[in-house]
Amino acid sequence: MLTKRIIPCLDIKDGRTVKGVNFENIRDAGDPVELAIRYCKEGADELVFLDITATNEKRKTLSELVSRIAQNINIPFTVGGGISSVEDVSVLLNSGADKVSVNTSAFKNPQLIADMAAQFGSQCVVLAIDTKFEDGDWYVYLNGGKVKTETKALDWAKEGVRLGAGEILLTSMNNDGTKAGFANDITKLISENVSVPVIASGGAGTMEHFKDAFMKGKADAALAASVFHFGEININHLKQVLRNSNIEIRL
Amino acid sequence: MKIVIIKYNAGNIQSVKFALNRLGIEPIVSDNVNDILSADKVIFPGVGEASSAMNYLKEKQLDQVIKQLKQPVLGICLGMQLLCKHSEEGDTNCIGIFDAEIKKFNFGKDSELKVPQIGWNKIFNLKSDLFKGIKEKDYMYFVHGYYANLCNDTIAVTDYGINYSSALNKNNFFGVQFHPEKSAEAGEILLANFIKM
Repeated sequence: MLTKRIIPCLDIKDGRTVKGVNFENIRDAGDPVELAIRYCKEGADELVFLDITATNEKRKTLSELVSRIAQNINIPFTVGGGISSVEDVSVLLNSGADKVSVNTSAFKNPQLIADMAAQFGSQCVVLAIDTKFEDGDWYVYLNGGKVKTETKALDWAKEGVRLGAGEILLTSMNNDGTKAGFANDITKLISENVSVPVIASGGAGTMEHFKDAFMKGKADAALAASVFHFGEININHLKQVLRNSNIEIRL
Repeated sequence: MKIVIIKYNAGNIQSVKFALNRLGIEPIVSDNVNDILSADKVIFPGVGEASSAMNYLKEKQLDQVIKQLKQPVLGICLGMQLLCKHSEEGDTNCIGIFDAEIKKFNFGKDSELKVPQIGWNKIFNLKSDLFKGIKEKDYMYFVHGYYANLCNDTIAVTDYGINYSSALNKNNFFGVQFHPEKSAEAGEILLANFIKM
């Protein structure tokens, strides 16, 4: 049986790990490579690095960081943040990233997903969707949660998969930073309606929340940042607890 | 020791190279025939689509070169699949070392199983020195939508809806469906075992 995955996320700004609350209030959480190594040792199944200040000038810095990460860890990792062209993707994959996540740029230019899938394969295309529950439904937000669209998250997820996305990274803005649990309803809805794995993101506060994301949210993987960065939840301990709840977990 | 990673258009070459670096080995990444033929060990990686990868190999006549190799060869993921007879992906005739067919995972709409399979799964019925020091039911990292059926060359089995070959061996040729370079300690042990072959 395939296991459920536990994925620490490292937000990167100017080469450091940071973590915002509700997409704001950035706090410093250390050197990304050191943290990445620590997570590998604790039993993380995969890592995600999001460059939250990615600009064209920073691209080279990011690819150097990616290369340093790839040299030092022995599990898969995804890199995202400000990636808008096949060339950007190519640089990151060649630096050693396993997957690349796209968000706003893919929404504005869906062909990017198709081009990435055609050139590098769907397995490395992660479609990141930031979503917020408003007026009775879950809508897609862009630009790190600053810009609302009229598109429903489920519709965009389906379209993204049709175009070639190999995974959906779904972040609920209502839940992100609250430590009140994942948005299991929208996670379940999307997971049951697309053929690719869905990573639940936003809201992890307790071990029970991860269990709920898998059992209630039907997530294939659960992503969190601050509970891991600040040592509130130890990954190995979390995985023991999940396995004791009869969830398939790698230990 | 000369380890050559075959360079072609379907590589996750950097990851494999870094994994070998962590074992203290500096591999050569090359599509040069003399480099490949003179290697002590050859690694044939690959992520991507079968028919375009196979076309590229044929164009460079690397398919013929790989066939002749007498030293230990390790195909990884698509590399393993291309060492089989035929792939449903793009209806592709492959290199034909292993006695296996590559088929698409097909579970129907109501199945909870996603395609591609992405993540950690168990390997069992281990039958090779390649797995020395690796326990039955250890986890490896998989990313694939197509699989090799069980056959005489099967040396490891994985269950994803059905039991399929997660590793194959014939003579000097080895193939693994999972990514040892991304499979934490278990993957490192496997790569170290291959290097010692």
